[in-house]
Amino acid sequence: MLRKSAFLGAVTAALAVLAAPAHAAWSGLNMPVGVTTLSGEIHGLHMLILWVCVAIAIVVFGWMIYSLVKFRKSQGAVPDTQMLHSTKAEIIWTIIPVAILVAMAVPAASTLIKIEDDRGAQVTIKVTGYQWKWQYEYLDEGFSYFSTLARDSDAARQLDSGVDPKVVPNYLLNVDNALVVPVGRKVRLLLTSQDVIHAWWVPDLAVKKDAIPGVMNQLWFEIQPDKVGVYRGQCAELCGRDHGFMPIVVEAKSAEDYAAWVASKKPAPAAAPAAEAAAPAAAAVTTTPAANAG
Amino acid sequence: MAHAAHADHADHEHHGPPKGFIQRWVMTTNHKDIGTLYMVFAGLMFFIGGAMALVIRAELFQPGLQFVDPQFFNSMTTAHALMMVFGAVMPAWVGVANWMIPLQIGAPDMALPRMNNFSFWILPFAFLLLISTLFVPGGSPAGGWTLYPPLTLQGGDALPMAIFAVHMMGISSIMGAINVIVTLMNMRAPGVTLLRMPLFCWTWLITAYLLILVMPVLAGAVTMLLTDHFFGTTFFSAAGGGDPVLYQHIFWFFGHPEVYILILPAFGVVSEIIPTFSRKPLFGYESMVYATASIGFLSFIVWAHHMFTVGMPLAGQLFFMLTTMMIAVPTGVKVFNWSATMWKGSISFEPPMLFAICFLFLFTIGGFSGLMLAITPADFQYHDTYFVVAHFHYVLVPGAIFAIMAGVYYWLPKWTGHMYNMTLAKWHFWMSTIFVNVLFFPQHFLGLAGMPRRIPDYSTQFAEWNMVSSIGAFGFGVSQLMFPIAIWQCVKGGARAADKVWEGAHGLEWELPSPAPYHTWESPPSMAQIEHGAPAH
Ligand SMILES: [Cu+2]
Repeated sequence: MLRKSAFLGAVTAALAVLAAPAHAAWSGLNMPVGVTTLSGEIHGLHMLILWVCVAIAIVVFGWMIYSLVKFRKSQGAVPDTQMLHSTKAEIIWTIIPVAILVAMAVPAASTLIKIEDDRGAQVTIKVTGYQWKWQYEYLDEGFSYFSTLARDSDAARQLDSGVDPKVVPNYLLNVDNALVVPVGRKVRLLLTSQDVIHAWWVPDLAVKKDAIPGVMNQLWFEIQPDKVGVYRGQCAELCGRDHGFMPIVVEAKSAEDYAAWVASKKPAPAAAPAAEAAAPAAAAVTTTPAANAG
Repeated sequence: MAHAAHADHADHEHHGPPKGFIQRWVMTTNHKDIGTLYMVFAGLMFFIGGAMALVIRAELFQPGLQFVDPQFFNSMTTAHALMMVFGAVMPAWVGVANWMIPLQIGAPDMALPRMNNFSFWILPFAFLLLISTLFVPGGSPAGGWTLYPPLTLQGGDALPMAIFAVHMMGISSIMGAINVIVTLMNMRAPGVTLLRMPLFCWTWLITAYLLILVMPVLAGAVTMLLTDHFFGTTFFSAAGGGDPVLYQHIFWFFGHPEVYILILPAFGVVSEIIPTFSRKPLFGYESMVYATASIGFLSFIVWAHHMFTVGMPLAGQLFFMLTTMMIAVPTGVKVFNWSATMWKGSISFEPPMLFAICFLFLFTIGGFSGLMLAITPADFQYHDTYFVVAHFHYVLVPGAIFAIMAGVYYWLPKWTGHMYNMTLAKWHFWMSTIFVNVLFFPQHFLGLAGMPRRIPDYSTQFAEWNMVSSIGAFGFGVSQLMFPIAIWQCVKGGARAADKVWEGAHGLEWELPSPAPYHTWESPPSMAQIEHGAPAH
């Protein structure tokens, strides 16, 4: 009796601890649906396999719990010592999992094939990892820049800085210069590194790939046309002391705003042919250079 | 001379251990003493590795850096993993194997007792070397336990020390594995056929083969790191025509079988305990053996699922996704067999059974998250996040470590001749089970919500669940102190244990007196004993 109440007390305490952050929305518990043409599908795969696991868990754990309750020695259960094996049962519980796995593998493979189809990219940006920052090179446009942890986050993250991280906007997830990309276009990133292995990951874009020195990896994403906004991520491969402090920020702009931004970033039109080529498109939007949807 | 020989002889007749501490423990070739040494060492490493985990969880209790420098944080994650994998779990299993395999197959000792002594005594030096890296210039290795280049090559004086430590651990493991295989193949008492061996012997036999196949691969990989760093080779440097990804392939060719090395003996122990406390023979003994063997085989063809983000060709990704999913089939067979063993049993809930039941539930949860991780497109989101951390800790803590605890609580009365304090053991169980979930379950949420692993500080959106997880960690850590207390009390005294400690137990070890005498099965067990001991199957 005493032992039971002690146990119940412990469970209640544990539940209270678990329930404390209940105000954190479901979004803080689960994978984001994301904003690209494929991220929803990837999220769907995640939810599908999750529910398959939950269903199997209900059946298997239910069976175990039933046995543990029903066949207690203290309730006078008598063992059936002749129950040694059953070929029929063993065939059933081999075939059913195989069927479930095949049913999972088909959509997973089909999504994977789509992810790997990188034809027809409209914008190509080279991403280089450094300890501990990112460089973005707009290969078609001929400019590049570095992206490092925002200064207020950097000040607050020092050992015993005395700054409460909660007052820093987007603590550790903010940078000085974001990667800017257009929505509704297939953007291809070429990933490499100058020192150690890093990994470029933005959960809302559902892409993660290693940036490896001496290797050129690639990934692509196409943000849905109505998903103009700012998306944040982090380096996902341990890369040394400040691995936790090289975030990624992606600013997704409408086609017009993106073109305006590109025009503003381009080096002064010194070479005539380059200026000529860019002029018609840029001229139309440079009237509102400050436009910055987000 | 004659006198010494005579004394030796007398000693032998009394079946007692040598008197002096050095003679008894340092020079021992007795499988029981060596088993004890392994387990005491594993326990020590478990607490040192656990203390490192608490440094990690203390720093992650809230956002901002409060206690440690990020570099030291990385040293802690690296050392915690190396200590727990190579220092705690593997030696604990070798210890249990040393104690139990000869008892279970009716052999007087392990086949190669001097090598047995040597393989243990390498370990303290290996870990002394590893721990001493904490005090060298540049600090201890901080590139993660996987030691990926080029990051690991940035390490200072610690690098060659850590690599030499890994070499020593590898040599020790290989010798231990050879000993297990030779013992199981040559020392079984007449009548103990392969398919009469208890499941613990079977799973260890397969584990030992895995060890012999993969430990040299690890040794090769870290040696290549060493020559890259000191002798100008460029195996893993693109600048010299090498490839950093090559290291990852070699490492995980070792690393994936390694996780089965940690968990297969757990399957064996659980397969002993569940029948005992269900008072019913193991369901599907032969299919258990085949399932273990298939898991062992599959473990060699799934390694690149640890590396889906390195940029593999589509065909490679599909292959490794499908082979990884296939592991769910034999693993499922095991879980179903254990469940069927409990079905129509007569179940009681002594501490070994409690830990085994908890293993059954929580290992299965770890299996589910493993299945999720196999789905490559979703893995792009899970990879290198706390979701992975949650997954492998579910498999290794309430999986491997709870199975070790189950095994210790199961056989401790046989080893010491005393019963332990059941109430304390049950408290140990309940506190561990509650806190292990408070500790690791929220890490699933953190990973899905976007928190990478191996970071000392995090965005404020992750604050709540990190705090819960850290509370769980400290609760779990403190609860573990009950374990050595329960063991020590049991060594010192307690109610006399019967020869057959548990009513429903089967197996040759229960045909021996409790405590098991210093020398056992000097004459092999009789056929009657084997048939009485062997579970019907
Ligand atoms: Cu990085």
